[in-house]
Amino acid sequence: MKTKPLDMLLRALTWCCAAITCAVLLYLVGYILVQGIPFIKPSLFALAYNSENVSLLPALVTTVLTVAASLLVAVPFGVFAAIYLVEYARRGNRLVRLVRVTTEALAGIPSIVYGLFGWLFFVVWLGWGLSLLAGSFTLAIMILPLIMRTTEESLKAVPDSYREGAFGLGAGRLRTVFRIVLPAASPGILAGVVLAIGRIVGETAALIYTAGTVAQIPASPLASGRTLAIHMYALSSEGLHTGQSYATAVILLAVVIGINALAASAAKRIATR
Amino acid sequence: MRRNDTAKRRAYRESAMRLVFLLSALAAILAVGLICVFLFAGGIPAIGKIGVFQFLLGQEWSPSDIPPAFGIFPMIIGSLYVTTGAILFGVPIGIFTAVFLAKVCPKPLYKAIKPAIDLLAGIPSVVYGFFGIVVLVPLVRNTFGGNGSSILTASILLGIMILPTIINVTESAIRAVPDELYEGAVALGASHERAVFGVMLPAAKSGVMAAVVLGVGRAIGETMAVKMVAGNQALLRMPNEFLKGVRTLTANVVIEMGYAEGLHREALIATGVVLFVFILLINLLFSALKREGK
Repeated sequence: MKTKPLDMLLRALTWCCAAITCAVLLYLVGYILVQGIPFIKPSLFALAYNSENVSLLPALVTTVLTVAASLLVAVPFGVFAAIYLVEYARRGNRLVRLVRVTTEALAGIPSIVYGLFGWLFFVVWLGWGLSLLAGSFTLAIMILPLIMRTTEESLKAVPDSYREGAFGLGAGRLRTVFRIVLPAASPGILAGVVLAIGRIVGETAALIYTAGTVAQIPASPLASGRTLAIHMYALSSEGLHTGQSYATAVILLAVVIGINALAASAAKRIATR
Repeated sequence: MRRNDTAKRRAYRESAMRLVFLLSALAAILAVGLICVFLFAGGIPAIGKIGVFQFLLGQEWSPSDIPPAFGIFPMIIGSLYVTTGAILFGVPIGIFTAVFLAKVCPKPLYKAIKPAIDLLAGIPSVVYGFFGIVVLVPLVRNTFGGNGSSILTASILLGIMILPTIINVTESAIRAVPDELYEGAVALGASHERAVFGVMLPAAKSGVMAAVVLGVGRAIGETMAVKMVAGNQALLRMPNEFLKGVRTLTANVVIEMGYAEGLHREALIATGVVLFVFILLINLLFSALKREGK
């Protein structure tokens, strides 16, 4: 059978567009790696930042602190909320529907709006100032829908026979949840947490007016500090340290690639189980 | 007696934890409530003081003049331009790539491309913005002239950034179409392409629309990457001035929030409110489309 010209055109377009998508990614990652790796020097990891070494170590430490603090707030709330929605609430409950609508609304809010809210509420109203604490709480609200949704899906994927078995052996609802259901759902929850870490590491707009841009390791939770992404934003808008910007981009990309690999392997563990 | 005691304690613990779980579920509602209350309380008074029409349709934004002017119309139009541009670049490429992944791609290749698209979704917006500064801005400057920081540059960059959203949502929409449709079309003599583009894609229409709407939401809300490449002049541009710079709603907030005081600061929060309302409308449209798809 002869192929019609329109079919040929559509086939060519499909292949072309897929090729463009991959080429853009390869070019972006490749360009930044090639330009940035020569600038990764020991001085970039000096203990304290000054305008001579432009060290990214304080930013790296601040990033780790921010991730830890945000998860500490968001994970319990997110997981407990999902437990309520899946294990306790009746199906089609009005409250469940309301929670679902609000979580979807939360997930769609742009990060700059979170930044404005964080500034208004945590920085000004609660008087925390530009601080690690204010930044982390803002991010905690931002990742809450992600944690809730992934936990909900993993809890729903646990077969009901597990629960019936536990109840049959005389376990209460609470014990069933914590001893049987949660362990079985943990790889999925973990994948959600890893994705949340990725969002925190990449976030700038929500942090710049909540955690601030001080380039040193914050001395207390109420001190300001910049994460890696903010560090990179500051460097590239100053325009003085292009080399170090490239190097910071390389570190950020490496973190993101690592996080994606982790999330994929967690997802694979669920699939093979 | 003792047994009775443990049973009581257990019942107490059960109901206490149930309450904890319930309160956690309410946290999301509380968060949305707080966000609405604080944003609107912070922004609405400024809109009142400036005047709704002067604020939304005023063409001049000059906060440090005496008297100051707070018109965000140029920024609303700016957001509209870059979002439209992003859709023009991102949607066709995204849809064709999604068709490729769902219906054309050989399996080994799929295993390589899918993680690549997830990676594209995970790259931080500052890295995109930086890539825009070092690659796209010079490219646009050398190819089309102007200084490179322009509506066009921001549109291309945003088009790339919304690709993963468009691709993933469209791909699952196409996969949700029953195979019988494809087989029926082929049995009637349609070619593979005809069956995919003439039957499968129209059947997945509401999913594809949802993908576009989600992409619009991403593009309007994107801040840092756009701010880094768009030039940020708070001027009203005509569509044929796509090689000139423009400022979006998001960029307006992030650029001036650092030093704004008084009414200027409130006007920036009000800019955030306008953005928030746009996003809520887009979300409503998205959930309506999703419900239609089911």
